[in-house]
Amino acid sequence: MNDMEQGEADLKALSQALHQLYDPILEEPVPARLHARPRRWRAIAIAAGWVVAGICVGALAGWQLHASRSMVALQTEVPGFVKRAAVAHATYSPEVRHPVEVGADQEQHLVAWLSKRLGAQVRAPKLDAIGYNLVGGRLLPGDNGPVAHFMYQTEKGRRITLYVRTEATENRETAFRYATEGNVKVFYWIDRKLGYALSSADLGRDDLIKVANAVYQQLNP
Amino acid sequence: MNDAESIVELIPRLRRYARALAGERTAADDLVQDTLERAWSKLHLYRRGTDLRAWLFTVMHNVYVNQRRAARPSISLDEEMPELAQPVGETDTLVLRDLDAAIRRLPPDQREVLLLVALEDMSYDEAAHALGIPIGTVMSRLARAREKLRAMLSGLPPGGGKQLKIVK
Repeated sequence: MNDMEQGEADLKALSQALHQLYDPILEEPVPARLHARPRRWRAIAIAAGWVVAGICVGALAGWQLHASRSMVALQTEVPGFVKRAAVAHATYSPEVRHPVEVGADQEQHLVAWLSKRLGAQVRAPKLDAIGYNLVGGRLLPGDNGPVAHFMYQTEKGRRITLYVRTEATENRETAFRYATEGNVKVFYWIDRKLGYALSSADLGRDDLIKVANAVYQQLNP
Repeated sequence: MNDAESIVELIPRLRRYARALAGERTAADDLVQDTLERAWSKLHLYRRGTDLRAWLFTVMHNVYVNQRRAARPSISLDEEMPELAQPVGETDTLVLRDLDAAIRRLPPDQREVLLLVALEDMSYDEAAHALGIPIGTVMSRLARAREKLRAMLSGLPPGGGKQLKIVK
């Protein structure tokens, strides 16, 4: 082996060692602060969220006052994952002994695990400030691959669940939309790679949208 | 995929490079955060169709240089290079922990070049563009970085080991 070949072999060995050393960082969850988008963009997204949320609430008010036709039209457009989210909520939120697979005491592990399985960075928003503490989460089968399911509850034991799935098309951002499925109320939205559905059986929609806003703002600081 | 999404996709890559460059986790993420803020605000300067990753590394390089300039003057590592406590005897066995420590001891200019080429798999040309330096400088810095690494990891004084010939 001449010097040049030796040099290239050394460089290759060094490169492999560097990858061994630093590649694990690629798998680490990205800290929330690095996901902050520019203020201008965030303002637009939040404003859009409020506007459409306002339209939803308005539509619901209209529906209550008049007939159910407009709401039926809305209902037919509800994506499949929202139904799945509502079913998951109805299934797991009454559970006393095993509401979650991994508890909040292992939150870091939970988030890392779910992120790995979904193939996308997911986060469990912190909702303690509005009275909801993380209970934990679980992995669910979805129509589009694995789904992350987080559960929160108040001190009084009122539960909400957040269903997070990867979106097939990664290029969309929608504002909040509202649907009901049986007695489960759901606000759902899509934010880049992920689709979210926030479900509750015992919150009114006005309370639920406050939680949805808190979730959105936590995820888009 | 639009530029904004591409940037988000590249965040793990930026973090890896920053950690290797800046060392400690918080400092590295500070560097990434400053880089992203600058990138978002300068996105209109990015020419679509060119390599976004290379552009982001250039932004990070500039942020890194500014951070170092703002920080208090540090000891020149070129002159001050104590041997590691436990040099690795075998030439082929790189103990990773020692390698990490040795990378830290490289002068920042050389560390950047080494990481862009050996970790980020950039060509000399790409590294030269990212750092805004001539390709010859990339090659000489890389050679010096490798020589120092070899010296640190083998416990030999720089220049005492086998020399790498640079083929131009």
